[in-house]
Amino acid sequence: MHPITTVHYLALSAALLLIGTVGVLTRRNVVIILMSIELILNAVNINLIAFSHALQNVNGQIFAIFVITDAVAEAAVGLGILIALFRNKETVQADEIDLLKW
Amino acid sequence: MLTDTILFYIFALLVLGGAVLTITRNSAMHAAISLIVSLLGVAGLYLMQSAEFLFAVQIVLYVGGIMVLFLFVIMLVNLDQAAKERQFNRQWMIALVAVLAVGAQVAYFIYRGQDSFHFAAPLIAGTPAGLGNTEQIADSLFGEYLLPFEIASILLLVAVVGSVVMAKKRI
Repeated sequence: MHPITTVHYLALSAALLLIGTVGVLTRRNVVIILMSIELILNAVNINLIAFSHALQNVNGQIFAIFVITDAVAEAAVGLGILIALFRNKETVQADEIDLLKW
Repeated sequence: MLTDTILFYIFALLVLGGAVLTITRNSAMHAAISLIVSLLGVAGLYLMQSAEFLFAVQIVLYVGGIMVLFLFVIMLVNLDQAAKERQFNRQWMIALVAVLAVGAQVAYFIYRGQDSFHFAAPLIAGTPAGLGNTEQIADSLFGEYLLPFEIASILLLVAVVGSVVMAKKRI
C-alpha cells in the first residue's frame, strides 16, 4: 500500500467538489442545493488543510477558518431567503421560481 | 504509516459516501443526516493532518451549528410534498455530462502533475518547539490577519441582520 500523500487529499477534494457541483446543478429542492454548496466549501477546506500540512505553514488553516465563516454567513442568509420564499410562493422547488423568466 | 493509510480510506469513504447520499436522497431530512456523516469524515481528515483546532471548529460549528439550522428550517418548511415530487430538474443529463467532462480533466491534471506535489521539507521546521496548533493559529490570526478577522466579524453582523430581515414576516 502506498503511503498517503498530498495527492490523495487533492483527489478526494476534487471528487467531493464534483459531487457537490452535481448536487447544485441537478437537484430541484432548494434545501438540498444549499447542502451541496456546503459540500463544495468543505472540498475547498480539505485542499487548504492538505497544503497547510505539506508546507508546515499555518496560513492555510487561517484561510480555512475564513472559508468556514463565509459558509456560516451563506447558510444563514440562504435559509432566511428560503423561509421568505416559502411564505410567498408555497414551494421549495428551484425550477418553479421563474418570475423573471420570459 | 499503515494505520494512517487505513484511517484515510475509512474517512474518505465516509466523506464520499455521505456526499453521494446527500445529493440522491428524496427526503431532505435523510440528506441532512448524510451530510452530517460527510462533515464528520472531513473533521477526521483534519485531525489526521494535525489541524486540531479546525477539527474542533468543524464539529462545533458545522455539525453543531449549521446542520441544526438546516434541520430547523427543514422542519419549519413543509417538505413532505416536495419529497414526493420529481427530484431532478429537466437538464440533469446535460449537467451530469458537463461535470463528468470537468472531472475527467481534473483527474488527468492530478495524474500528470502528481510529482510536482512532492514538496521538499520546509526550511524552517515550521513549528517552534512547544507551540501547539491552536497557539500558532492565534498568533497568526490576531497578528498578521487582524484586519481580515475584523472584516469577517462585519460580514457575520451583516449576515445576522440580513437573515432576520429575510425571515421576519413584518419588519
